[in-house]
Amino acid sequence: MSKLKIVRGYPEYMRESIEAVEKTREKRLKETFPLMSLEERDEILRKFHPDYKEEAKRPVKVGPNKGDLMPHEVADLLEAHPLIKPKDVDLSKVDFNVDILIIGGGGAGMTAALWANYSGVDAENILIVQKLRLGDSNSIMSQGGIQAADKPNDSPVLHYLDVMGGGHFTNDQKLARRLVLDASLIIKWHEELGVMYDRESDDTMVTIHGGGTCRKRMHSARDYTGLEIVRNLKDEVLNKNIPILEFTSAVELLTDEHKQIAGAVLYNMETQEYYVAKAKSTILTTGGFGRLHIQEFPTTNHYGATADGIVLAYRVGAKLRDLEAVQYHPTGVAYPEQIVGLLVTEKVRGLGAQPVNRNGEQFVYPREPRDVEASAIIRECYERNNGVETPTGMKGVWLDSPMIDILHGEGTIAKKLPAMLRQYKRFDIDMTQDPILVFPTLHFQNGGVIINENAETTVQGLFAAGEITGGTHGKNRLMGNSILDYSVFGRIAGITAAKHAKNAKIGKLTLDHVTRYEKMLKEAGIETDRNAPILLPEYRGEKVLSRALDIF
Amino acid sequence: MTEKKTMATIYIMGKAYKVPSTLTIMKAIEYAGYRFIRGCGCRGGFCGACTTFYRVKNDYKLNVDLACQKIIEDGMYIVQLPFIPAEKPIWDLNKMKPTTDEVISVFPEITRCLSCNVCTAACPQDIEVMRAIQALRRGDLEKTVDLTFDCIACGACSIRCPAEITHYQVFQLARRAYGKYVMPKAKHVEERIKEIESGKFDEEIQRLMETSVDNLKGIYEKREIEPE
Repeated sequence: MSKLKIVRGYPEYMRESIEAVEKTREKRLKETFPLMSLEERDEILRKFHPDYKEEAKRPVKVGPNKGDLMPHEVADLLEAHPLIKPKDVDLSKVDFNVDILIIGGGGAGMTAALWANYSGVDAENILIVQKLRLGDSNSIMSQGGIQAADKPNDSPVLHYLDVMGGGHFTNDQKLARRLVLDASLIIKWHEELGVMYDRESDDTMVTIHGGGTCRKRMHSARDYTGLEIVRNLKDEVLNKNIPILEFTSAVELLTDEHKQIAGAVLYNMETQEYYVAKAKSTILTTGGFGRLHIQEFPTTNHYGATADGIVLAYRVGAKLRDLEAVQYHPTGVAYPEQIVGLLVTEKVRGLGAQPVNRNGEQFVYPREPRDVEASAIIRECYERNNGVETPTGMKGVWLDSPMIDILHGEGTIAKKLPAMLRQYKRFDIDMTQDPILVFPTLHFQNGGVIINENAETTVQGLFAAGEITGGTHGKNRLMGNSILDYSVFGRIAGITAAKHAKNAKIGKLTLDHVTRYEKMLKEAGIETDRNAPILLPEYRGEKVLSRALDIF
Repeated sequence: MTEKKTMATIYIMGKAYKVPSTLTIMKAIEYAGYRFIRGCGCRGGFCGACTTFYRVKNDYKLNVDLACQKIIEDGMYIVQLPFIPAEKPIWDLNKMKPTTDEVISVFPEITRCLSCNVCTAACPQDIEVMRAIQALRRGDLEKTVDLTFDCIACGACSIRCPAEITHYQVFQLARRAYGKYVMPKAKHVEERIKEIESGKFDEEIQRLMETSVDNLKGIYEKREIEPE
């Protein structure tokens, strides 16, 4: 077939649909599609949300959550052999002996390290282990912002209501309460570090709506909010001389004879050596599972999001929750192919852009909670067949980005969404003039390791914070609550772990749980050559090409 | 509407591979059979891990871009530079003043800037790097901060700089000093923290926690939504 003719970034055949969007724009500027009722939300989720596809899940056969439904991709990791056998590692030779071992150097890990240090643990008694470079994480990619109810017309009570409603009232209430009550002190701490949140002409924070918010409480730093926070955290961790091992993974936790967690076996990804790290407190901040590509979805997540921490925690008996609840961000890039699945920040809708179908019609309120919004887009494309097909056979709907400059004045996109504008410009698409094509993309692990308000897991000596944990957001997180989550619970994990380390006494190191886990796998009749954690996704050869999504 | 796959030849550190011509450099390297440990981070243009230098056939020009964002060209010679050899100077912001002199005292080499603008040409984010350095020399901290906000610290500028400046580190210090000292602290944040500490919202949240889910749903649906 001949090469497609491209007109200002889009295949010529899409131009007709773009014209339809332009035609309805003026009318749409004055009208917003109504919000769904709770019943309508419930119905659209059941019919169209990928989580409700029965064949995509199975009950896990072993461990503390035996019988719970999980996506196959997650169950596969829990029903896999450990990477190491106890005889492979000499536990009598301790390479690192620290008070606090932090596994994962993203937003949660760095926040925990700093607060452990503020709580009196000397920098040299902390160790951050990071699979990629310090700060390489989903945290750095977060664009839209962080929620905090700090304006006079807002309150933590309203924020709490939004969090619970967004999570369909399945959240751990105590975690949700902690999240909203600590939000303002996190903003203040960030200000003191030097994080440059957008301000009005005075000292007032610029705040906007996100999906499912009843007040404008999203604070941002242009659309590089995650980058701005992470680079401040990273710089501070380095200034404090907190030791970091980059390109090193944890492949198994260690316990002692009292079954408390006692550190981890580490693996230098470059030299392929193992290290024994002994610790009084161990904090898991390994993030989520986007790179498992659940149901073959493309993802917004960074390269290392392979659920390693979930596997490690589960093997030592930590309980998990809500892992079947996968967050598909409503607006991932559907075109151009090179960046399919990357994030189109919710801030684009927060600033007024409406999702519209190929005829230029609205079909959903622009800022429903994420799972509801995503379901509506899937329905529009696949049941109603009102999507736009891309040259690779994907479908998507338009996000009418030119509305932003019309609503807020020319130059708003350039000023408030420089990352988005830059990303599309690279592919000759000018989002100030033309709408952009979007479809849901795998974004966030709603569930995870169970923690309490002190960031303690169900296992002694093991703490967790950030995307690896479950409960705070129930079955669906709202925009702007993930940075908040890793900040609030990263801080608490650092403080609690510091306190725990003061009195903890670690006995003889063992990997007995590995032997027990292997026995459990055998008893459950699981025969497999899978190993976990997987550490990095596999994209060699054809596997790197765009995924063919089979929605229905 | 499916387009036929056309192939292109790229040279990864000199070694030729045929790969689909529409891939980004990052995906092309993976398609060729490499598995990244370094040189790959967020895959979305935010982390600066995949800085890549390249030349194309019949062109002397040395280019630099992010592997995750740049589409390959036929006959492209590529090498990644996943780490910029530079120590990060340690600073204590609490003991610093937000002045350009303070930044220059940590990085005196910025006074060696030749205004050659090679740094700007190298920047995959299209930041006016040289202007930002010159603004510092003029005493205009705010200009430096504004120009460099979108810096992802990939370090391409610093590899090309004849004055051997590590720009991304200079800008990080400038932004932190500015964010900490020059930007006003939000009073409404301060006030809300005091209210929370005084327990102002505790009872109301407790009530919401204790009420039935049906009741909570009712309260949720009736909550007023702040207009645009």
